[in-house]
Amino acid sequence: MNKKLHWLLPALMALWVLSATRPPKERTAFQTAEFGRLPTLLNGRVQPLDSVALNALLQIRGNTSVPLEGNAGNDAAWGDFLELRDKYPGTLEVRKWWQFSKHPKRLKPVSWLLEVAFKPELADNRFIFLVHHPELISELKLQNQGIENSGLHYYTFNDLTNHFGVLEQQASRIQKIDPQARTPFEKSVGKLHFSLGLYHRLRNSFRHEKSEDPSRQLAAFEKALVPGVEAVRNREGGKDYSKEDLDALMDPLNQYDMVARVAYPLIIPPPGADHSRDAWSNLGTSLLQAPRAGVLHPVTKIYASLASSFRQEKPEDFNKALSDYRQWLTANSFLAEAQKGRREFAFNQLQPFYKCMVIYVLALVLACASWFNWSQTLNRTAFWLLGFGLILHTGGLVFRMVLEGRPPVTNLYSSAIFVGWGTVVLGLILERLYRNGIGSVVAGLVGFITLIIAHHLSMDGDTMEMLRAVLDTNFWLATHVVVITLGYSSTFVAGFLATIYILRGVFTKSLTRDVAQSLGRMVYGVVCFATLFSFVGTVLGGIWADQSWGRFWGWDPKENGALLIVIWCAVVLHARWGGLIKERGLMAMAVFGNVVTSFSWFGVNMLGVGLHNYGFMEAVFQWLAIFVVSQLILIGLCLMPDRFWASLRSSSQSPGQSPSRPPSRPGISGGHDSLPQPTGK
Amino acid sequence: MRGIKAAFRVLSSLKLTVVCLSCSLVLVFVGTLAQVDQGLYLAQARYFGSFFVFWSPRAGGLRIPVFPGGYLIGTVLLLNLIAAHSVRFTFSRKKIGIFMVHIGIILLLLGQLTTEMLSVESHMRLTEGQSLSYSENGRRSELVVLDPSDPLVDDVVAIPQGHLKLNAEIRHPRLPVTLKVRAYHPNSRLSRRAPMVATTPPPADHGLGQNIEVAAAPPAVKMDERNLPTAVVELVAPSGSLGTWLVSSVLEDFQDFQVAGKTFKIGMRFERYYKPFSIELQKFTNEKYRGTEIPKNFASRVRVKHAQTGEDREVSIYMNNPLRYGGETYYQSGFDDKDPRVTILQVVRNPTWLTPYVACILTGAGLIVQFLTHLVGFAKRRKS
Repeated sequence: MNKKLHWLLPALMALWVLSATRPPKERTAFQTAEFGRLPTLLNGRVQPLDSVALNALLQIRGNTSVPLEGNAGNDAAWGDFLELRDKYPGTLEVRKWWQFSKHPKRLKPVSWLLEVAFKPELADNRFIFLVHHPELISELKLQNQGIENSGLHYYTFNDLTNHFGVLEQQASRIQKIDPQARTPFEKSVGKLHFSLGLYHRLRNSFRHEKSEDPSRQLAAFEKALVPGVEAVRNREGGKDYSKEDLDALMDPLNQYDMVARVAYPLIIPPPGADHSRDAWSNLGTSLLQAPRAGVLHPVTKIYASLASSFRQEKPEDFNKALSDYRQWLTANSFLAEAQKGRREFAFNQLQPFYKCMVIYVLALVLACASWFNWSQTLNRTAFWLLGFGLILHTGGLVFRMVLEGRPPVTNLYSSAIFVGWGTVVLGLILERLYRNGIGSVVAGLVGFITLIIAHHLSMDGDTMEMLRAVLDTNFWLATHVVVITLGYSSTFVAGFLATIYILRGVFTKSLTRDVAQSLGRMVYGVVCFATLFSFVGTVLGGIWADQSWGRFWGWDPKENGALLIVIWCAVVLHARWGGLIKERGLMAMAVFGNVVTSFSWFGVNMLGVGLHNYGFMEAVFQWLAIFVVSQLILIGLCLMPDRFWASLRSSSQSPGQSPSRPPSRPGISGGHDSLPQPTGK
Repeated sequence: MRGIKAAFRVLSSLKLTVVCLSCSLVLVFVGTLAQVDQGLYLAQARYFGSFFVFWSPRAGGLRIPVFPGGYLIGTVLLLNLIAAHSVRFTFSRKKIGIFMVHIGIILLLLGQLTTEMLSVESHMRLTEGQSLSYSENGRRSELVVLDPSDPLVDDVVAIPQGHLKLNAEIRHPRLPVTLKVRAYHPNSRLSRRAPMVATTPPPADHGLGQNIEVAAAPPAVKMDERNLPTAVVELVAPSGSLGTWLVSSVLEDFQDFQVAGKTFKIGMRFERYYKPFSIELQKFTNEKYRGTEIPKNFASRVRVKHAQTGEDREVSIYMNNPLRYGGETYYQSGFDDKDPRVTILQVVRNPTWLTPYVACILTGAGLIVQFLTHLVGFAKRRKS
């Protein structure tokens, strides 16, 4: 019975993941999900409206759903935010962490987008605008308003409408300042200004915000096309013209002109198969072309009827318009785009990397626990959980690759995902070889951390953005970038193995000689792998540079960063072979490898020079600094004399011996004989 | 004798390897950080292309060597490797991987050194329809005096920028005059002189310099900037001084002067490398992704014409697809924001471009062999 217990948790997780592959349940009669699957063109690529909504919400609110219910003030009355707001003055609060029984209603990204697009009177009352800075909150007089969630404050569009003047003034001042020289307050203003701009653009992407019944308006516009154009011609030719016909054409055109200027996603596909597949346009541009073309693009009518039916609460009409659009897409050979929309929607629903994060953290806890009671069941559960996590992780990576038509790593976000994948693979191999829970802990820990990093990187917006011309080569992305990223993975695995060695050695008595020796072998082996991957990866990068720029090595910061890892691995290996360091020295150096790798991965991107510089992130700098300091502390711990090591103290209790020089020194003396013989001698 | 042996022991020791590698780690790190302030090229020369990294205190012209530079570390590492192999290395099947790795590293170091010494980078800026048979070095200028009397070929005397020092006198048998440098700015900004406002005399009393103000500028640091040198030279003919002229890389037009009734032209331009063939730009395309500012593709359709061989063909140069021709590599490097018909091609001459390929294959294969040997041994031990 006990033997089969380790399947329980992985099976539960599998059920959880499978449940996300079912089509989402609709709360209303409107086929919201189907709307979310519609293809559009944004950021140069075809993507479903769901992704547009998701990324916009991430940029505006910093997360992927809008809570609708919560607590009022201190007496913790629970209910709909809008009702609570009218009854109780002061700031409302989102579900507190202990309120397990409460399941607040939330708006998913598509539902939110539908409101923004078609019923802004609802969307304007959703708490979506994140305002960071306390000074900005007081400048905009927002105290005692909005909702709060662990220190973060969110406000509605309507809360902010009175302060547009102040904001606009501040923003135009700030725009002149170099982004890197802005104060936190100015950054906060800039961010809010951007969010409001994006919201305004979304509001006017699917209809003009003042258009009550877009369907009727468009029908009238269509009817006015021919006589209206004639009226314009007559007026220009100095002849008599019908003022009525002219106005029927020009009044809506003024609105469409505004939409053409601000609309965000390009929702109208190319007019037919004979046009370039890229030639999508936004609603306004398409309608502005109508007078010249003499006809309306059929999709403009579909969006108008979506808008009208949603506004008038007519789900049948709404769903019919959706199915009309599907048919139109099929009939006009946009099958590939429609399919892309459906697939990416499914990917967004699945959220594989978020689920992996949960699975990894669970496995981490179980594997750590297994060290203390040596339960094989816990250890095996952790192993199989990680195995399942890896399958999901791999599935997610492959899914993304199919969606993008690219190798796994194309930007910083995907590099984080891939570093995590590499560490989990390596950790599982180590676990399979040694079966002592150490590989599992490293896999769970680094997998979890890298996915967290990826999650934060995804806040910048679209993670599947198009690649600029230099990077547009699948061959080199598949070789150089993948190999170098695996190099990052292995140095991190080595560094975290060493971290386990140090923490277990200093703070617990669990670092027995056996464990210490196997850790020594693992770190050494992984450093060898890191050397191989980093060297080959760096060199492939040089060859790419030579192929595309005629220059093998340019001392570009990213190149130097990669070189640093290679040199560091070489230092570690030579110091080990030369007997300059023993097991503990190896551990200290492996931890420092974390510092080198994190500098190469993130640090160089902050320098703002060179061809490789693809994004300046100031928040990352802070975290990088914290990480580096933590690693230096670990190295300090590692270099402490034996008497501060709990594991060494415990085994050196033989009388007559100096406590600082135990007769058998697990973890220090060993190593060399268990290593491959020094080479080159 | 004993001293030599001891020295050799140090030179071949693994400790020295570790010291050198650690130094290079620090050097690469500091050199990378220095690029933020000093720019890629300056930092590269100071840290990697030098024997010592110097530190100069604010006051006084002292240059104190504070750290070994890239050349020194590379040289010592090279000697260390060779010495270690000559002393300790006995060839065996077990060590073939290590051997390959180190031969590869030696090749890589030597290749990088020769590249630094022999490679020349220049660029070609072409407008659609234009044909050029030379490329320019944007980092070095030359002072040029030319005799345009032959309608087919100009007779040119080019003086490299390095010779232009304040008060230097330049003589050459083919120069009709002696050039005396009266002012020189390695980087400068020119502006139109307002005669009513200006209080100082113009920088030169002949040619364009009469209507121009010069201001010295700090050396260019950013990747997309370059130095624009300006000089004021006095021309002294055998009959006496002709006056002063202002020459600058900023000015496109050359200026005339007469010696003994014959007209010559003088000016400053970026150093040119002439080629026995010409490259004509036929079409330049610069695409962006729809609805974004992200560049999707730049491509230059060019025609290569070689008068001697009679070769005449069309090629496309685009990102990740350079043209290798005449010992040079032409790659798509940039475009002009203001003129969509202009392409900028980078031209690299690097006679030793193949060495890193060989080196890398050797080292990579060596690493794989070595670690596989370990891995197999490890697996065998585990089984037994």
